[in-house]
Amino acid sequence: MAEEVVLMKGNEAIAHAAIRFGVDGYFGYPITPQSEVLETLAEQKPWETTGMVVVQAESEVSAINMVYGGAATGKMVMTSSSSPGVSLKQEGISYLAGAELPCLVVNVMRGGPGLGTIQPSQADYFQTVKGGGHGDYRLIALAPASVQEMADFVGLAFDLAFKYRNPAILLADGVIGQMMEKVVLPEQRTRLTDEEVIARCPWAANGKTAGRKPNIITSLELDPAEMEKRNIHLQAKYAEIEANEVRYEEINCEDAEYLIVAFGSCARIAQKTMELARAEGIKVGLLRPITLWPFPSKAIAERAKQVKGILTVELNAGQMVEDVRLAVECKVPVEHFGRLGGIVPDPDEVVNALKTKLIK
Amino acid sequence: MKQEIIIAGFGGQGVLSMGKILAYSGLMEDKEVTWMPAYGPEQRGGTANVTVIVSDERISSPILSQYDTAIILNQPSLAKFENKVKPGGILIYDGYGIIEPPTRKDIQVYRIDAMDEANERGMAKTFNMIVLGGLLKLRPMVEIESVLKALRKTLPERHHKLIPMNEEAIHIGMDIIKQVEV
Repeated sequence: MAEEVVLMKGNEAIAHAAIRFGVDGYFGYPITPQSEVLETLAEQKPWETTGMVVVQAESEVSAINMVYGGAATGKMVMTSSSSPGVSLKQEGISYLAGAELPCLVVNVMRGGPGLGTIQPSQADYFQTVKGGGHGDYRLIALAPASVQEMADFVGLAFDLAFKYRNPAILLADGVIGQMMEKVVLPEQRTRLTDEEVIARCPWAANGKTAGRKPNIITSLELDPAEMEKRNIHLQAKYAEIEANEVRYEEINCEDAEYLIVAFGSCARIAQKTMELARAEGIKVGLLRPITLWPFPSKAIAERAKQVKGILTVELNAGQMVEDVRLAVECKVPVEHFGRLGGIVPDPDEVVNALKTKLIK
Repeated sequence: MKQEIIIAGFGGQGVLSMGKILAYSGLMEDKEVTWMPAYGPEQRGGTANVTVIVSDERISSPILSQYDTAIILNQPSLAKFENKVKPGGILIYDGYGIIEPPTRKDIQVYRIDAMDEANERGMAKTFNMIVLGGLLKLRPMVEIESVLKALRKTLPERHHKLIPMNEEAIHIGMDIIKQVEV
């Protein structure tokens, strides 16, 4: 089939990409600004075509535990929500990480704390990359900056989740979820057969066959010595992910004297900022983390050797800036610019922040 | 070619769908497009606006500080966006919704009485297409044929019989838009 270019919202792209990637199940509960994910799935009725299950659960807590159940059988399952709903899912996410279950969680962030607002935000960065649930765990966190990436990262997230037996999260925001752009959707794949699932996931609980020991999926281990071993195993896995899976994009960094670090919608705004600043003769580059965990610390440290200062642009009060500061070890000034509570800055505001906070 | 446009008015005037048709028309010509709505609660009875960018090249920010063209369909939107038109840019307003017209002298101001025209002709539902016609007269960023293709693609089949009326509305808009001395 020839590539088809379509115009759609980021949220719609997630739903279409999930169907086409051969996802087995979606479990969710509606919340603005990501309700179009569930709406599009309901409209597309994939249960009639690929056999994908779509359930509107009675709550977010229920949805994440349905994900746990589906993932335990080796199936490709996912959920999506927005900030307050993702907070509700945190216990389940910790259990999924503890039981080493591959799955996809989508968070189309809105302003908080609390019920907050329905407008875009990036204030769940800490929640996503530092925990959120309890215990020493990590999520593979991808930050799409376009509708195309909303579609592409569904497949990428599942590939990484299954490669490492670890939950993956797609961290978007209201801008990326609600805007429409051109997108090329992946080709339709057929869902894996039960035999293929068993071959891919020999650990899964999908029916005991004669002659093999039962597979047990649990995050519970009451013997602390065993629990420590399990944690050491997790940490070794996380180190492997950190070594292999860092992704980022650099734009105009070769001659940059100043560097902006921004992800998601802020990386798009920062690109325009860069155009405006460069028109005034200010040599600015952009480094866009694509994986928020593992974080591109080395790449940022490398660029820090060449620039006079770094500005992070975030829709929060200063979260990713902490990781950037850790990466550059105070070798250059690292400043933060952010708007809060659902306000999205325009490119002029960011140019102004660049001048007042960094160039002075 | 790059056009950065804000379309702003009351919820229910077809602001978002006009932007969508424009974006789809760009897609039909293989241009880069973004459509970014203000999706907040202000859409219910209050103001609604959408930023549309149509470009030959990759688009950076969907959020803008200034616009090449502003289409303003009510007074609150004029207050919000008049000062965000680039110097030398275009502001189009509908006389029906604007009591105090724009005052800037460093931009080109056009008036289109699309609401009155649509009502007089019994074509109220094509109001936004009349406005779109006016826009395309001044900023021919897409062919009319592409707009019709976009309509065929986005409208459900049962509404395809309305496409000729929409085409007529575009031509009416092109005829009635006129420059205003500020």
